[in-house]
Amino acid sequence: MNDKRPVNLDLSTIKFPVTAIASITHRITGVAIFVALPILLWMLDRSVASPESFADLKQLLDSPLAKLVVWAILTPILYHLVAGIRHLFMDAGIGETLEGGRRGAKSVFIITAVLVVLTGAWIW
Amino acid sequence: MVTRVTSVTSLGRNGLYDWLIQRVSAVVIGVYFIGMLGYLIAQPNLDYGTWKAFIGSVPMQIATTLLVLSVAAHTWVGLWGVTTDYLTGMTLGKSATCVRLVVQMVIALLLMVYVLWGLVTIWGGA
Repeated sequence: MNDKRPVNLDLSTIKFPVTAIASITHRITGVAIFVALPILLWMLDRSVASPESFADLKQLLDSPLAKLVVWAILTPILYHLVAGIRHLFMDAGIGETLEGGRRGAKSVFIITAVLVVLTGAWIW
Repeated sequence: MVTRVTSVTSLGRNGLYDWLIQRVSAVVIGVYFIGMLGYLIAQPNLDYGTWKAFIGSVPMQIATTLLVLSVAAHTWVGLWGVTTDYLTGMTLGKSATCVRLVVQMVIALLLMVYVLWGLVTIWGGA
């Protein structure tokens, strides 16, 4: 095989526009949520197993570190949700132009930032 | 002639079904997440009895089962896309196919464990 043939998508040589950053962030947050799944399942399990495990979980969630962890898990979920809703809009043909794509990507970042701050206020 | 490009490791066996599975599961997850967040915000001093009665009701047991299955399907389609995009010959060289299949198998196994764990939790396990 000719090793000098051109490569289409060498990501390391591409300067990323905001739409690409929104897209890659969607993927990164997706992977992050996958990593967080056992923690969420464990919390669901502890919350229903018994009154004692529920009380233990509730006490744990009062600690500053646990609150930080919950916030750190909710942040990628919120981004993924907002970016996912944008995907559904684009499936419906809304925001598919280049300028619409840029606006949509910026909106996703701004809306997520607001939601993350509000979520932080709710947790603390 | 139309040649369909399929992969044995994709979920719907072709891109259109994967796309549909991704969208339908996304809506289930999104509706559940927003609803659950709303419930938890509305119940700042949630006690065990109230929570257990809510999450243990049959409609919520069914909704949470749909959530768990949707998360598994959604995650599989998403991570299949991520692994096939980044674990390639360009990034890993000759061992790429082997590495990618091992990673995908680990992901599939983990998702199966999560589904079983979730179902046991939802339907009355300890």
